[in-house]
Amino acid sequence: MSESKVLLANADVAGIESLAVYERHGGYRALKKGITQMTAAEVAQAVLDSGLRGRGGAGFPTGRKWSFLPNDGRPRILVCNADEGEPGTFKDHYLIHRLPHLLVEGMILSAYAIGAPRAFIYLRGEFLQGYELLEQAMAEATAAGYLGEHILGTDYALDLQLYRGAGAYICGEETALLDSLEGRRGIPRMKPPFPATAGLYGLPTVVNNVETLCAVVPIVEHGGAWFKSMGTEKSPGTKIYSMSGSLQRPGNYEFEMGVKLSDLIEAAGGLLPGRSFKAVVPGGASAAYLTGEHIDIAMDYDTLAQSGTMLGSGGVIVLDDSVCIVSFTRRAMEFFRHESCGKCTPCREGTLWMDQVLSRLELGQGTEADLNLLLDLSDNIAGRTFCAFGDAAVAMVASSVRLFRQEYVDHFTHQGCPLLRERVG
Amino acid sequence: MTEALRQHCESIKAAYPEAQSALIPILHALQDTYGYVTPQAVEEAAELMAMTPAEVEGVVSFYTLFHRQAKGRFHIQVCDNLSCRLRGADQLVAHLAERWRLEPGAASPDGLFSLERVECLAACGYAPVAQVNLRYYYHLTPEKADQVLGGLADGEEARGERI
Repeated sequence: MSESKVLLANADVAGIESLAVYERHGGYRALKKGITQMTAAEVAQAVLDSGLRGRGGAGFPTGRKWSFLPNDGRPRILVCNADEGEPGTFKDHYLIHRLPHLLVEGMILSAYAIGAPRAFIYLRGEFLQGYELLEQAMAEATAAGYLGEHILGTDYALDLQLYRGAGAYICGEETALLDSLEGRRGIPRMKPPFPATAGLYGLPTVVNNVETLCAVVPIVEHGGAWFKSMGTEKSPGTKIYSMSGSLQRPGNYEFEMGVKLSDLIEAAGGLLPGRSFKAVVPGGASAAYLTGEHIDIAMDYDTLAQSGTMLGSGGVIVLDDSVCIVSFTRRAMEFFRHESCGKCTPCREGTLWMDQVLSRLELGQGTEADLNLLLDLSDNIAGRTFCAFGDAAVAMVASSVRLFRQEYVDHFTHQGCPLLRERVG
Repeated sequence: MTEALRQHCESIKAAYPEAQSALIPILHALQDTYGYVTPQAVEEAAELMAMTPAEVEGVVSFYTLFHRQAKGRFHIQVCDNLSCRLRGADQLVAHLAERWRLEPGAASPDGLFSLERVECLAACGYAPVAQVNLRYYYHLTPEKADQVLGGLADGEEARGERI
């Protein structure tokens, strides 16, 4: 299976970040079609028909999310979630740095579709270069009449603003993002009410991921049915897979949904020379491991969910035979311990505890009882927290004990990592 | 606080439909001016935002990019999360300690560099990755790190790379 470049069709064109080059390659054609030939309802219908599912990780149908906005006359707000930080995921980074105009065009079209006069792009604080590129793109788009007042000579106007966060993974959770955008600590909010009814400043709000908003552009240009004809029935369209780890050509690859994992690995050049496949984390650090048994698995939302893991944001981390699962899993838990916002006790205390248990296991000072303790802690965090972070934090650990129990046992029987001993000689 | 900085902060406040949204951008602006979020910056942000210093502290302490002590002129953030680790982040940090005498959490005695190990920078396909003053540098082998830091020590600006 070969790549199907839709969003990334022009990603390698030199100078594509400038308006002139972007327009020469068909840029803002969808905007012209959407705003001058289609009603807002028709644009929203195209997105609903496309079956596009949110690319940030949850996979919720975008058109349905939009349809939850109440018709009560209050001004609506569109927010782009560009707080990418899921370990293994770097597609939004790529889209923003290579194709800033694609995101701007997607924002304008989506805001038009939902009837939002105001929109924000919330970038993680580390995306300073991306901020500058988007600032430039927005200035060019405004000067060309694509953004601001009287867009393309119509009565439609959009006030689009950039916002830089300041370093906090949890702000990728949409309600934590809204709190951060309101100038507070990024702590997830109680749901309901959902952002659609009470979001930013209490107003009806839609929060969509960068890739989701970019996908709206080709959907408007070619139609919802065209998008739906790609991928699988329940996971339509193309998806950008972020391939990293023990690969010869790591990078972003766009395929139709449902591409086989083995095809993705092949596209990324295969494993590093002399190495063999050990495991994969298919959807960022929040996803459970898969092993060689699943090397041909279809990489879509439903197939991965049925296999006990998830597509998440599409961050595929490939591990070769030299990687210590205990050490790798411990490092993932260190991340979750660091990023827990602290609101819920099971997550705040549980991630700290699990990091400590995994650390002693890594050092060869653990026991058999520690493995049961890890599973017990996982059970007491998953499903017992306010937001999805708790489930995410334990997925890798729980699956590592299930799939690689012997590797843990080897650590405490050898008083250390057998792989490390092998390498040291 | 200089009048120019005050006006800049006021213009940030005016840019948002609700002034509260201006706190984080204002803290960025104060940090850019003073080098880090000084106790004085907290007082100033509180006054500008009509908040208590404790409320401002609550926000500052939540976010990793707000620093509470002086950084080097070039602040290096090395990612040592999963994918970067698989591609040599630990060797990079070890090299920065050995060759450049840089330890995480501290600035060099001459104040030129400071080092921090950070969580995922969302550039895993170009690992190992670091930022210097929030500008990305990709595929950072020890040799490449020497080139980058050497250039900065010789007076270059941290411009970062494009992917």
